[in-house]
Amino acid sequence: MIQVTNLKKSFGSLQVLKGIDVHIHEKEVVVVIGPSGSGKSTFLRCLNLLEDFDEGDIVVDGFHLKDPKTDLNKVREEVGMVFQRFNLFPHMTVLDNITLAPMKVRKWSKEKATEKAMQLLAKVGLQDKAHVYPDSLSGGQAQRVAIARALAMEPKVMLFDEPTSALDPEMVGEVLAVMKQLAKEGMTMVVVTHEMGFAREVGDRVLFMDGGVIVEEGTPQQIFDTPQHERTKSFLSKVL
Amino acid sequence: MDFRFSIIVEYAPFFLKGVLWTIGLSLVGIFFGTILGLAIGLGKMVQNRLVRLPFDWYVHFFRGTPLFVQILLIHFGVMPIFTAQPNPLVSGAISLSLNAAAYIAEIFRAGIQSIDRGQMEAARSLGMTHVQAMRYIILPQAIKRMIPPLGNEFIVLIKDSSLAAIIAAPELMYWGRAMQGQYYRVWEPYLTVALIYLVLTLSLSKLLHRLERRYDA
Repeated sequence: MIQVTNLKKSFGSLQVLKGIDVHIHEKEVVVVIGPSGSGKSTFLRCLNLLEDFDEGDIVVDGFHLKDPKTDLNKVREEVGMVFQRFNLFPHMTVLDNITLAPMKVRKWSKEKATEKAMQLLAKVGLQDKAHVYPDSLSGGQAQRVAIARALAMEPKVMLFDEPTSALDPEMVGEVLAVMKQLAKEGMTMVVVTHEMGFAREVGDRVLFMDGGVIVEEGTPQQIFDTPQHERTKSFLSKVL
Repeated sequence: MDFRFSIIVEYAPFFLKGVLWTIGLSLVGIFFGTILGLAIGLGKMVQNRLVRLPFDWYVHFFRGTPLFVQILLIHFGVMPIFTAQPNPLVSGAISLSLNAAAYIAEIFRAGIQSIDRGQMEAARSLGMTHVQAMRYIILPQAIKRMIPPLGNEFIVLIKDSSLAAIIAAPELMYWGRAMQGQYYRVWEPYLTVALIYLVLTLSLSKLLHRLERRYDA
């Protein structure tokens, strides 16, 4: 589904990605962990080219992102993204937040988009919030709406950029529950997170990143129970 | 203090004509200043520094020098290049538009750039084009924030149009000075003129206030 080869990226003179190689399969849930500044968010943002990269290649669903002939907007239609800070559109109701892209990008009718949106709101447990504005939502509710908004485009892959880091602790669970459900339904997911419990329980594969490289990868059992590298051990000893 | 209402009544037709020109100058300035300001504001947001440079300097020049000087330069310096007999109203309108554009460009740029980057990223991540993201996500939020400073600029523009009197554009202030020159009186012409400007700016600010409230709903 996503093939990343020798991905390199610098901000000015600071190289944040120093050659990433990874293949993400269909229906796989890949969890990326690592200390802040390890490049994990930048890596994720390269996958839909929100962040441009300098070297290497990324192929998403058969599209080479760096190929000038690739229509990035078409790629992004298939790659949903959920942000740390939700980024809901504050001037629109929850329903309009969800239906806008399907109507303007996928050219769905208003009826079809609304029907889909209401289904998704039911799925994340927020049907009653369809007509309110985002500023009246709690953080957990806002993030669930953001997930519904991304899902409304019926993407093939979902990217999550620290989706629970901006939430009060008591709201983390409701967002993780939605993500678990999504994983169970077979969605291909790449999740950058500090939620080690989620990584262990839901991840098919865990990537540990540090200093712009993937230091170690493996099943959650391998990474959490029998880490091989010193850096992995030292990181895990601090967060577990 | 004797206050001669009779000479105000005598000048009323001139003040009426003058106020119409003042309104006309202001509307032209608002209209062309906004269009030009939008273009310059967009130019200032271009990534390429070389492309941005002339737009930056346009704003530097028109914000950094007095409008008074600009009017004189345009009327006596620039306009004679194109026509032997520059019309002071045209020179005034051009000066006001060019000057307002510099301020309006900054208002546009600040309004658009004040919107959180995450909004554009969220829109693009959903597959929207840059134009769609601007149209449906960024501009609706930015315009709401631009209304108060734009209103401010329009009010300044009405008042600044009085500077066109110096090149004998027959707007409101011109007739105030004419009346002063004819009767050697201070209070009657200048208080009358001040009062009329006040009515104009208060009306506009009332109008803008309504607009702001409508956008807030």
